[in-house]
Amino acid sequence: MKHTELCKLILKTEIADGIFDFTIDAPKIAAEAQCGQFLHIDCGGAFLRRPISICDVYDGKVRFIFEVKGEGTKALAKYEVGDLIDVMGPLGHGFEIDGSVKNPIIIGGGIGVFPLYNLAKKLKNVDVFLGFRNKDRVVMEKEFEDVSDMVIVGTDDGSYGYSGYIAAAAEQYLSFHDCDMIYSCGPMPMLKAVKKLAEERGIRCQLSLEQRMGCGIGACLVCSCETTKSGSDKYARVCTNGPVFYSEEVTLND
Amino acid sequence: MTDTRINFCGVEFKNPIVTASGTFGFGMEYNQFAPIEEYGGFSAKGLTRFPREGNRPPRIAETPSGILNSVGLQNPGVEYFAEAIMPIISEYDTNIIANISGNTPEEYCEMAQILSDTDVSLIEMNISCPNVKHGGLAFGTDAGVVEELTGEVKKYCKKPLVVKLSPNVTSISDIAKAAEAGGADGVSLINTLLGMRIDVNTRRPVLRNNTGGLSGPAVKPVAVRMIHEVYNAVSIPIIGMGGVAAGDDVIELMLAGASLVALGTSLFKKPDLIYDVKSDIINYMERHGIENINTLVGAAQMW
Repeated sequence: MKHTELCKLILKTEIADGIFDFTIDAPKIAAEAQCGQFLHIDCGGAFLRRPISICDVYDGKVRFIFEVKGEGTKALAKYEVGDLIDVMGPLGHGFEIDGSVKNPIIIGGGIGVFPLYNLAKKLKNVDVFLGFRNKDRVVMEKEFEDVSDMVIVGTDDGSYGYSGYIAAAAEQYLSFHDCDMIYSCGPMPMLKAVKKLAEERGIRCQLSLEQRMGCGIGACLVCSCETTKSGSDKYARVCTNGPVFYSEEVTLND
Repeated sequence: MTDTRINFCGVEFKNPIVTASGTFGFGMEYNQFAPIEEYGGFSAKGLTRFPREGNRPPRIAETPSGILNSVGLQNPGVEYFAEAIMPIISEYDTNIIANISGNTPEEYCEMAQILSDTDVSLIEMNISCPNVKHGGLAFGTDAGVVEELTGEVKKYCKKPLVVKLSPNVTSISDIAKAAEAGGADGVSLINTLLGMRIDVNTRRPVLRNNTGGLSGPAVKPVAVRMIHEVYNAVSIPIIGMGGVAAGDDVIELMLAGASLVALGTSLFKKPDLIYDVKSDIINYMERHGIENINTLVGAAQMW
């Protein structure tokens, strides 16, 4: 039987303005969690749970990082070390790791970089592209460097690293390097650019999507994304069919 | 010894707790958190004559103590339900309530006929969906149409027929009376209240459909009042729903006049809510010396 559980917050850091790095003691979730899955968290103070990606899993502990955006995340940020948090998970269909893939790359943008960290650890020796709005928003650069072959960090305003959108940096890289799988998570414009560059080059591509969510387990049909199918399969459930989809499965239409 | 069994339209329910259509899928998802057998029955996702893709996302907006949704009846169609889903879920030892929405009276009749040949226990006729352009709410707001439609569907329906009522009307008891006059075996209420939220930064509605149906604890007082009114207006039994989040809420809706009570939106936060609700009800009955839960139905005393 699946269940919700109360997990103790054991580490809390504000890694950038309004971005909180939480680690909870959650041995059962840690034992089951796969890269790209998420937790559905009762933040207190909001009616619905909030889906938040798993960033890392180690020694019975689960780490997740979130940005304070609305009522739910604001309430969640108020939890202190030692408090119990009501967590459901791990949920969703995560990244597929295919042993036959030789040269995968990772492209992450903004708060979308967090679910890619555990993946980078698992893939080992992967080349990683991380994009942020500006220098102040750059997070986890060192951690990605420690588990990856190469990390390119870029900022939209050019205040740090590569100047411009990170998908453009990845596109330049792909002109000179072999690649047979792209993993990506980030804002919708970036995902659209990644989908396009992957499909133009015939590279398989897995995208992690975000949507306003209800039950988180596939029953309520509110967290929809448009797919290339028709009829009652036109809209897939981000919570259970995703959050990770192959690029050719989804249209990314707003 | 507490007896929580309820006989609803000739169907035996082991307890009065069911689920609200649209919040519970076809039961399989929640069965992973608490066995479906814990419920007296469950109402499956709303069906249409043919598959429907539903509305464009976003389909949900949070509100104070509730949500707005605009799913728009995404479903695989009644035939797929009867052929592919029923064989799986009829294995559960509980009552299945099929919920149907039509674009036309003919579609309602065809669906009732198809479902009459399955093992569903009740058919719930949704004439109150606020999220579809045709049918749904358009049928449910006119007493004359409700009576005529109910009468037509009854001709094809070999299962007890429950008419699901909209709160988006001037007098819900008039609509309930019309359903009863048309031959309904029971009524269920309330469906969601039509609402809207606007993002102040983008100046756009949060829902892509602009408007949606409000559910959750925010609507419970409206549900209690309407159930009470309908209970006094008709003699057919009521499935009550609207914001139920605890055992006391189930009792409250029963005191207002509901024989069965549905859990819905609150399951999103607590998928195994049924356990707490059931033990709360038993505790309440023991505390108040109630042996048979049927004695609670409509037992509220007005000032």
